[in-house]
Amino acid sequence: MEERYQLNKNLAQMLKGGVIMDVTNVEQAKIAENAGAVAVMALERVPADIRREGGVARMSDPKMIREIKAAVSIPVMAKVRIGHFVEAQILEAIGIDYIDESEVLTPADDENHIDKSTFKIPFVCGARNLGEALRRIGEGASMIRTKGEAGTGDVIEAVRHMRTMTSDMRRVQTASQMELMHIAKEFGAPFDLIKYVHDNGKLPVVNFAAGGIATPADAALMMQLGVDGVFVGSGIFKSGNPAKRAKAIVEAVTYYDDAVKLAKISEDLGPAMVGINIEDIPAENHLANRGW
Amino acid sequence: MKTIGVLALQGAVAEHLDKLEQIGTAGKKVRTINELQQIDGLIIPGGESTAIGKLLDDFALTEPLEKLIKDGLPVWGTCAGMILLAKRICGQEKTYLNAMDISVRRNAYGGQLDSFITTCQIPAIASGKLPLVFIRAPYIQDIGKTVKILAEVGENIVAARQDNMLVTSFHPELTHVDDFHKYFRQMCCQ
Repeated sequence: MEERYQLNKNLAQMLKGGVIMDVTNVEQAKIAENAGAVAVMALERVPADIRREGGVARMSDPKMIREIKAAVSIPVMAKVRIGHFVEAQILEAIGIDYIDESEVLTPADDENHIDKSTFKIPFVCGARNLGEALRRIGEGASMIRTKGEAGTGDVIEAVRHMRTMTSDMRRVQTASQMELMHIAKEFGAPFDLIKYVHDNGKLPVVNFAAGGIATPADAALMMQLGVDGVFVGSGIFKSGNPAKRAKAIVEAVTYYDDAVKLAKISEDLGPAMVGINIEDIPAENHLANRGW
Repeated sequence: MKTIGVLALQGAVAEHLDKLEQIGTAGKKVRTINELQQIDGLIIPGGESTAIGKLLDDFALTEPLEKLIKDGLPVWGTCAGMILLAKRICGQEKTYLNAMDISVRRNAYGGQLDSFITTCQIPAIASGKLPLVFIRAPYIQDIGKTVKILAEVGENIVAARQDNMLVTSFHPELTHVDDFHKYFRQMCCQ
């Protein structure tokens, strides 16, 4: 299983500098691939619609996921509910490339996440801070994404989570060996992983940004804050011109530190998704608070 | 001293740059035509060939790079990089840099559950056995007359060289060995 975990972390490394896009059907998956997405996330409703329509959000129909898998050559990911290990078993059985144990779906367990180390298939999980990221890695996640607040088109939470992660890492790095156990206790994180961050100054897995990215500038902002790549959910297919915006966000992630190119990339994209300000969402409806 | 570029449009760029640093060679991220002029060799890393290929086209890098390779710039494509260098890609019309006389099969082994690690003796590269990491890897289906096979795993060609071009289906940058990077540096010095 050690070798399998290594291979799964390696696949995430191949996605770096890339954009993973939410798609709800074959047509959107092809648009995403043609725009230069490095992977697609197959789901029935994008987060903005889950938020609006409410109800229990579950794993997508395996048939729809298989159709998308057959239509594109890039890796296909799909979401399972937090703690729903049978949904994960089903996705593993259809040979998907990556599972997202996601707070965007309605949690199935209010205490435990899936024991990801028992699966051959790789998992990505959301995190708001270093402790949460290391708990998920401790359970076997081979890739992390900052949670942000999905379906809002408001980037503020993604920024908050990445800044928190970075400042947590700085604290671990500059702490003395003697302080690490206390930090592990405070963060609720496995000691060996705190030690890893202390010694290496980085997470042991790739870290993408997610939740609220709607423009090329948002994507470049997250890259400059130090993430390895971005997930874009509702931001593309809830905008005026999905194909054009998808392509622009891909380009912005490559040239994230070149303002002249970013200016050109950002031109004439049509309307972005309307979005919801995070202050207008009551705290109990924040998806990022799901996950333990 | 020679400078080896790593095409930094998407993919596992940092891993190659780290290896170059380890063997004491200057590495450089390459994203523009200007940067293409400042290097003595280029590594095209693993990633998604569709994404990297599209960025090459959209930022008008395909033609200048194609010309540099034709004029003898040493290049090494790992995984996606192999697909980008190939003259023929099974099951599709679209090719990218049209450089090396090989036919490659994308995702030849299947999805992520079919990714694997193995070891192999590659005399051209090193005397001992080398660890080979295959991630959703391609392999070479067919080669032209002037292409030299460097390694085969099972029935399939997974590493080859033609003049100034080197390709590997697998990812030496993800292992502890640096023999491939040293071999490529040698190519850049010839």
